[in-house]
Amino acid sequence: MEIFLSVWLVPGLILLGKILAFVVPLILSVAYLTYAERRVIAAMQMRRGPNTVGPFGLLQPFADAFKLLFKEPILPTQANSVIFLLAPMITFTLAFVAWAVIPIDAGLALADINVGILYLFAISSLGVYGIIMAGWASNSQYAFLGALRSAAQMVSYEISMGFVIVTVLLTVGSLNLTAIVEAQKTIWFAIPHLPLFVIFFVSILAETNRAPFDLPEGESELVGGYFVEYGSIPFALFFLGEYANMILMSAMTVLLFLGGWLPPLEILPFTLVPGFIWFFAKIALILFCFLWVRASFPRYRYDQLMRLGWRIFLPFTLIWLTLTAIVLFAFDLLPDPNLPPGL
Amino acid sequence: MELFANPAPILTALAFWVLSGVLVGSALAVVLARAPVHSVLFLILCFFNAAGLFLLLGAEFLAMILVVVYVGAVAVLFLFVVMMLDMELVALREGFLRHLPLGALLALVLLAELILTAIGWHAAQDLRFVSATVATAVPFAEVGAEVSNIKMLGAVLYDDYFLLFQASGLVLLVAMIGAIVLTHRTRPGVRRQEIAEQVLRPAEARIHANNPPIGGGVDWDV
Repeated sequence: MEIFLSVWLVPGLILLGKILAFVVPLILSVAYLTYAERRVIAAMQMRRGPNTVGPFGLLQPFADAFKLLFKEPILPTQANSVIFLLAPMITFTLAFVAWAVIPIDAGLALADINVGILYLFAISSLGVYGIIMAGWASNSQYAFLGALRSAAQMVSYEISMGFVIVTVLLTVGSLNLTAIVEAQKTIWFAIPHLPLFVIFFVSILAETNRAPFDLPEGESELVGGYFVEYGSIPFALFFLGEYANMILMSAMTVLLFLGGWLPPLEILPFTLVPGFIWFFAKIALILFCFLWVRASFPRYRYDQLMRLGWRIFLPFTLIWLTLTAIVLFAFDLLPDPNLPPGL
Repeated sequence: MELFANPAPILTALAFWVLSGVLVGSALAVVLARAPVHSVLFLILCFFNAAGLFLLLGAEFLAMILVVVYVGAVAVLFLFVVMMLDMELVALREGFLRHLPLGALLALVLLAELILTAIGWHAAQDLRFVSATVATAVPFAEVGAEVSNIKMLGAVLYDDYFLLFQASGLVLLVAMIGAIVLTHRTRPGVRRQEIAEQVLRPAEARIHANNPPIGGGVDWDV
């Protein structure tokens, strides 16, 4: 019995605690991201935004959550019920499992694996399934159109994202996320790879189906796109998943281009602030840009969206990858291949 | 109780049985499912569990690539196409018995190949893994412990089998160009946006100020 306690129960509980330490703050951030979105966009459009529930409207996310929880879940009669209910669960789960490898400070990750960035890329490429399954299972024209749009859009932008990641990997010489951040000690990759940083930011807008690439939802033409048939808790799962994905993609941008938990300069006032605060501040900055873009730009037309992905981003990232390889090789800057695995 | 003192082998075994069980089950379901969309979804589940098995083997790079390429891209397009098809379910069922001999033959060939590979793998246990960049010559089975997956693959692909690797890339390129040539057709009368033309047009050609007489209208020739 003692063995059971010390070998199975205690480590299991510690692991569970660690997971909860990641997930609970994440859910809270998602809740307040929705609040921040409404307040920020309201400020940009000279409105007030939610300000009645609690002080400064701070309890608004909880009011919304409880409202959704107490609504009746409706299952369309013509829907394929298993897939219909599976789809929001997939979206929600995928947005959270990716956090297992994200280091929020030096050595502070649930799992610091060798192929960290590939894992992130793999999980984010699965995100399309929640949407496409929802669209198909709803058995509705609007939802199906939304799902088709989103499938094509997400697959297209993943390719340029892949090339951006490969270029960063070439500069670092490792797929480990900690190594990627440590390699930015001298200079953040946003500076030498500035065009890639911009392309990556635009691509994550498309990947998370955010404005100006929110065609899968397209409320003015497709009613609500792929989640038009959803209500109550399944809808809440989609909603939470989408916002958690935004935070995840921002974290990915910060890790790849903005030096993760590293302070902007290695001098005194900056080094006093703990690394994870820097990490969260940078994520907040990227998230603010998400909201800023939504308040500023009209929606893209679908063929223009495809053109941007395939005919501008894809060739450009390919050329930049080749250029990076040439420069690294010519100036003998290629990372040392004899480092131990994982560094 | 001693049996449970070390959780790692038990969890590994459990993971193996769960992953391979679901893998075999969903592979069967791919063939037996009535709706084509369900088949594709089960196929995706298959890929996913295969990636899990790769992870158990310590081949984390292959596992991730399997998910990125097959689940994230190939299966999405597959699902995309199958969802768009309006297939008659009864007609699909009919061919089952007719194609059974051919299917069984293919399955037998694959099984024979797998058995041969397994025997060969067993014989190769004491082969030495020698590569130009990965200088350590260690038994094939233990090489993963010393060098990371990606470096090993890179050394084999880009140093030892460079030409073959390039040749396989060329084969893919030819296939891609072939597919484009075969399916691409220029349809007349399709309105397309010419971005370069739009951008290069001078301002005078874009905006035209008019002062039409009342009831006269304008001649529109832009």
